[in-house]
Amino acid sequence: MNVWLTILGAGVITFAIRLSLIALMGRLEVPPLVQRALRFVPPAVLSAIIFPELLRHSGPLDVSLGNTRLLAGGLAALIAWRTKNVLLTIGVGMTALWILQAVLLR
Amino acid sequence: MDSRRSEFISGVKAELPITLGVIPFGMIYGVLALGAGLPASVAQAMSSIVFAGSAQFVAAQLFGTGTPGLVIVLTVFVVNLRHMLYSASVAPYVKRLDAKWKCLLAYLLTDEAYAVVITRYSRDTAYPAAPPNRQWYFLGAGLTLWSTWQVSTAVGILLGAQIPSSWALDFTLALTFIALVVPALDDRPSVAAALSAGVVAVTAASLPYKLGLMLAAVLGIVIGLALEARQASKNDQRARAS
Repeated sequence: MNVWLTILGAGVITFAIRLSLIALMGRLEVPPLVQRALRFVPPAVLSAIIFPELLRHSGPLDVSLGNTRLLAGGLAALIAWRTKNVLLTIGVGMTALWILQAVLLR
Repeated sequence: MDSRRSEFISGVKAELPITLGVIPFGMIYGVLALGAGLPASVAQAMSSIVFAGSAQFVAAQLFGTGTPGLVIVLTVFVVNLRHMLYSASVAPYVKRLDAKWKCLLAYLLTDEAYAVVITRYSRDTAYPAAPPNRQWYFLGAGLTLWSTWQVSTAVGILLGAQIPSSWALDFTLALTFIALVVPALDDRPSVAAALSAGVVAVTAASLPYKLGLMLAAVLGIVIGLALEARQASKNDQRARAS
């Protein structure tokens, strides 16, 4: 398949996924169970992206003190919890990662 | 100021801090796509046609290894399947809009726009008597992210391989998600949903096509629901006993 056709296909399928329940739900009533489940979507999905990024970035599971991403991510989570500030969380997390890499990986 | 404009502007303002994490991510995508051998025009077009960060990363890598187009499309489908959950989640808030609005907002429904929009919408106590024109908030947030993504992709393409990988800029993605999730963990069921999904995702990370991610998300949601139901029945018993 041609590169452009592939990208077009990927775009159409992504759009169809995003539109799917927006388009359907105008016509159907949402079951109460689904309504209650929706509240857990962000914590579940985003944690499922975050955890592997922190714990097995380079492949195998790494819970050692040499895992700079785990340490920096943990600190960022603490900042996020205390301040609820997105910019500060990203700034502190990134700075922590750079410092840890400079100190631990030399 | 009319409410359409003020809704739009507050959507833009709410999305702006998030773009700090998205800019490096978009730049890295641009760098990576060129590195995988995609022409600049294709790399940039993918950012506006597909408009889905992690799927674009995967697709660019697959292009680089000469994967057949059909397999790439299927992989993008699986990687983006989580957006169906977002679609379900925002659907009640946009169900009165016409088809044009629904299509526009669906196109803009990314991780980062969703997180901002749903935070605001679920705070609206007036629901289901929705405040008028709040779709403009969604549009403001979505377009802010969209523009950021297009520009940062272009910058990444222009800079090419000049950004050293030791800067670890890809880490901003995880940090952005941490900043979005952690403050929302305000009760035990949602903490349990997050932790269980995280543990399952780590365990199942080697499954192909990000299936581990879907499995983890579904299990996290089920555990959150189960815990919430148990708490509710406990509260019932306590209410009856007193």
